Amino acid sequence: MSGTPLLSLAVWIPIFAGLVVLATGSDRNAPLARMLALAGAFAGLLVTIPLYTGFDMQTPAMQFVELAPWIPRFNINYHLGVDGISMLFVILNSFITLIVVLAGWQVIDNKVAQYNAGFLIMSGLLNGIFSALDGILFYVFFEASLIPLYLIIGIWGGPNRVYAAIKFFLYTLLGSLLFLVALLYLFINSGGSFSILDWHQLPIPMGAQIWIFLAFLIAFAVKVPMWPVHTWLPDAHVEAPTGGSIVLAAIGLKLGAYGFLRFSLPITPDASHELAGLIVALSLIAVVYIGFVALVQEDMKKLVAYSSIAHMGFVTLGFFMFSALGIEGALVQMISHGFVSGAMFFCIGVMYDRVHSRRIADYGGVVNTMPKFAAFFMLFAMANAGLPATSGFVGEFMVILGAVKYNFWVAFAAASTMIVGAAYTLWMYKRVIFGDIGNHHVAELTDINGREFLILALLAIGTLGMGLYPQPFTEVMHSSVNELLRHIAISKIQ
Amino acid sequence: MDMKSLYLLVPLAPLVGAMIAGLLCRIIPRWVAHTATIAGVAIAFIASVVIFRDVMAGNTFNGPVYQWLTSGDYSFEVGFLIDQLTVTMMLVVTSVSLMVHIYTIGYMHDDPGYNRFFSYISLFTFSMLMLVMSNNFMQLFFGWEAVGLVSYLLIGFWYTRPTAIFANMKAFLVNRVGDFGFILGIGLVLAHFGTLDYAAVFAKAPSLADTTINLFLDREWATVSLLAATCILLFVGAMGKSAQVPLHVWLPDSMEGPTPISALIHAATMVTAGIFMVARMSPLFELSDTALSFVIVIGSITALFMGFLGIIQNDIKRVVAYSTLSQLGYMTVALGASAYSVAIFHLMTHAFFKALLFLGAGSVIIGMHHDQDIRNMGGLRKYMPITWITSLIGSLALIGTPFFAGFYSKDSIIEAVKFSHIPGAGFAYFAVLAGVFVTAFYSFRMYFLVFHGEERFGKAHHGHDDHHDDDHHHHGLAPGQKPHETPWVVTLPLVLLAIPSVIIGFIAIEPMLFGDYFKGVIHVDAARHPAMAELAHHFHGATAMATHALTTAPFWLAVSGVAVAWFFYLKRPDIPAAIKARVGPIYTLLENKYYFDKFNEAVFAGGARLLGRGLWKGGDAALIDGILVNGSARLVGWIASVVRFFQSGHIYHYAFTMIIGVFVLLTLWVSRV
Repeated sequence: MSGTPLLSLAVWIPIFAGLVVLATGSDRNAPLARMLALAGAFAGLLVTIPLYTGFDMQTPAMQFVELAPWIPRFNINYHLGVDGISMLFVILNSFITLIVVLAGWQVIDNKVAQYNAGFLIMSGLLNGIFSALDGILFYVFFEASLIPLYLIIGIWGGPNRVYAAIKFFLYTLLGSLLFLVALLYLFINSGGSFSILDWHQLPIPMGAQIWIFLAFLIAFAVKVPMWPVHTWLPDAHVEAPTGGSIVLAAIGLKLGAYGFLRFSLPITPDASHELAGLIVALSLIAVVYIGFVALVQEDMKKLVAYSSIAHMGFVTLGFFMFSALGIEGALVQMISHGFVSGAMFFCIGVMYDRVHSRRIADYGGVVNTMPKFAAFFMLFAMANAGLPATSGFVGEFMVILGAVKYNFWVAFAAASTMIVGAAYTLWMYKRVIFGDIGNHHVAELTDINGREFLILALLAIGTLGMGLYPQPFTEVMHSSVNELLRHIAISKIQ
Repeated sequence: MDMKSLYLLVPLAPLVGAMIAGLLCRIIPRWVAHTATIAGVAIAFIASVVIFRDVMAGNTFNGPVYQWLTSGDYSFEVGFLIDQLTVTMMLVVTSVSLMVHIYTIGYMHDDPGYNRFFSYISLFTFSMLMLVMSNNFMQLFFGWEAVGLVSYLLIGFWYTRPTAIFANMKAFLVNRVGDFGFILGIGLVLAHFGTLDYAAVFAKAPSLADTTINLFLDREWATVSLLAATCILLFVGAMGKSAQVPLHVWLPDSMEGPTPISALIHAATMVTAGIFMVARMSPLFELSDTALSFVIVIGSITALFMGFLGIIQNDIKRVVAYSTLSQLGYMTVALGASAYSVAIFHLMTHAFFKALLFLGAGSVIIGMHHDQDIRNMGGLRKYMPITWITSLIGSLALIGTPFFAGFYSKDSIIEAVKFSHIPGAGFAYFAVLAGVFVTAFYSFRMYFLVFHGEERFGKAHHGHDDHHDDDHHHHGLAPGQKPHETPWVVTLPLVLLAIPSVIIGFIAIEPMLFGDYFKGVIHVDAARHPAMAELAHHFHGATAMATHALTTAPFWLAVSGVAVAWFFYLKRPDIPAAIKARVGPIYTLLENKYYFDKFNEAVFAGGARLLGRGLWKGGDAALIDGILVNGSARLVGWIASVVRFFQSGHIYHYAFTMIIGVFVLLTLWVSRV
């Protein structure tokens, strides 16, 4: 097994499958396109399983490493590898791709091949981001992954899709340009290396660290998104088709957070310590401010989008407390948010497919006509509110507990999400699901079919499994996280 | 079967029952659902009895089941602590739950959500058992939130009713306010003790008794005792779960749920979780007089002021609900007086007689065809004899009639407070004494209005602004229709609960309070908190305690409460109306429940919405999007338009500009020289 280039397979199988799906052409071949997409997504997931089963938990080093020269003139390499921080995201992304292909099965009947191809290609690119160990390779994957999502929102999106797509694209592109400048600085000062692992060891004076940190921050903060550069997310979610929202929430938002762990903390540890207060403050604003904004949303997708921003606030907060509990809690929160927000957006999609509205006021009493759906939605709503035994609890619990040790009032502000998060989620649930049948659209609803049941059940297994037994998720992180903590405790100023 | 498997069986048997009834609720017939869940709870009960005997033989247990999570130096486990306190709670929970399961067969007979209901109450039993059997704070929190979830599901069981789905959300959110404090308390425990395991934390607690933490920029005034802060935060969690003022507001509204769960969750078990938790944490609370003072003051406010509200309620379930609030206040007072074992003792007796009272109320509601207004009742003793006698027993137990269960526990609380020197104990003593009269008054007001006097049913009803139990049914008795006694599945649990409501106090007081029963489990620093020792000093057996009581104030307060209730509601029914007219403002205050709800809705709920809207429209839309994002876009557009002015495309414009430029540069160059 050790000889198999698993990461390359994880990257290129979905991309190759996407190209094959694209080749089926027009919608006359839609059934074939769907089957091929499903097969591709499934194969993509299968090749990532050995990453977990064959993972060596004892070492913080990169595993499943592949290294080949790409552009030798600039010392740019095709360099892949995963550690305890990134490995789970490759699997999560491949899993979500399968969910997304299933989610669009009966719903998307316009440009089916292109739609599925977009998701498959994006899946490969996202796996590339999580496994790239070369700065330029990372950057290429990072930027390229924008294109499929841009197209998915722009083509299959809602009425205001063009505004949302452009806002999304410009926002994130603007952020990543500064990131490229930082990469070039590091290339020059490391004596001509684009290896991220080399940069981890590179001594950098404080002034330069601050600038690099800020460049990274702008790029990653937009992606996370952190307050105040978050306003593209609600618009993008509202206009995106269900599948687009699922990938955006489950994986897209993790890219920025991952960047903090792979770039900011290890490359600029002194600046990270210096500016931790800023990040903690922005994170708390995200948790508290965005929580209240979510409370008054009238559009379900916007509500969940805002709730995502608040949940990601926990992630950035966890990172910058510089403790194992904080960082691992943040990583757990990222994976959990993949399941839960994906499920929340899928649930909204299920209702949208039937009623063609996302407005809370257009619903009421859905439980009367869709009891099975209501039960699943209850589970995910509770997970979103951080109820124990769901995955949503684990990360919040770890970060809050870590925060008490860091600073009591930081924990106090973060823990307010226990109340506000429950308030916006349950208030929406009450208005949409409970009560008497609100209107004739609700009266005519049909409960979920087998395909929808399967998707919800898969996500429910993830949510409950991680909530009841998170140890298998965290034990693979320990070596890498401890190494990271040890690394960033050492100053790089010489 | 070894004991460890038996421990596992106790929570898992109800869980399996809940899964059968819940996941298959649309497939299986009703008898499968109730058989499966009742079997699950019965197994849990029998196993608890076996474990009780084993614990009595001296075999306690403390160990992990599985490792839930590790991170850094911390390890979190799911595990059990089986000792005298745990096993007491296990017996209370499983026995009351079993009674409620049986009762539900009758009560929910006509409900379309029959299977779902059984699934929920079994799931509740599982959650509650996980809570009480935990050996660490993490699992405690899990059980804590899980019972809250099931409570949420059950209050909103009739999900089409606007009042029910408002009440369940309110209950969840108010509990979350408590949990907010609770998790911060747990965080302080982890940060300073390095573990969440009870045994390790308790062992380390004395060494941290003098530790202080600073809450604000190292200022001296912001330095507080670690244990005081931790205990008060943990107690905030208890205030939510056990409905202490000001977090009590959810409990009266929780009566929107079906009556069996009012008995099980909102009287006997879940609401006592906070009491149990503080008793479990006695090694921590004993080290902080500040926290104990806080506890005793909150408890006494709840005990007295919630009792007053019971006097003016006309909904049979709400009378019992306010009575529960008041009794929870009594238990909290006992905790504050360091009489933890008395609190647990009252928790146990209360579980039986309050479950009895609730199930009796439910039986009355069935007999009255789902009319809950006590003004429409009267004289029911003729028609519902079993319900009448058992409810009378429950009421006598509640008001503390000598020899009944409630007498022993409540009198012990009053005595313990008398001997307590904690700041606030004086006020608490007054509150619990006055509470005795109030309790007797509202209990027998309800009793007389329901079971005695004129038969007021079958007539035109009072205003229907009050709450009713179930929209699916017709309401109240038609003219000429008579109430009827309920079927045996309903009356059997009443009878079975009436027995412990009479005898359990007499049997249990000596071992539980003065014997070795809680030795090594509940920790009391007798030197600083002598109440229990004084209590033991004055105790000369259960019989002597009851006969001695006939000469003490609490007994005569209770008697006068009953007498006044009799006089007001049977003898001279015109008096209450006259009083009501005289004390208008006080009545209005009580009717509005001291304005807690209105305040919360206006300030917290309204304020949160206002703030959210302000941040959204003012922050996100106007400031960030309006000025920063779209403003940048406009700026780019403006610059472009200015630049466009220069790009006119005419050669002579460019030539002219060039000449001017050359002239300016030359001038600068020349003038510099």
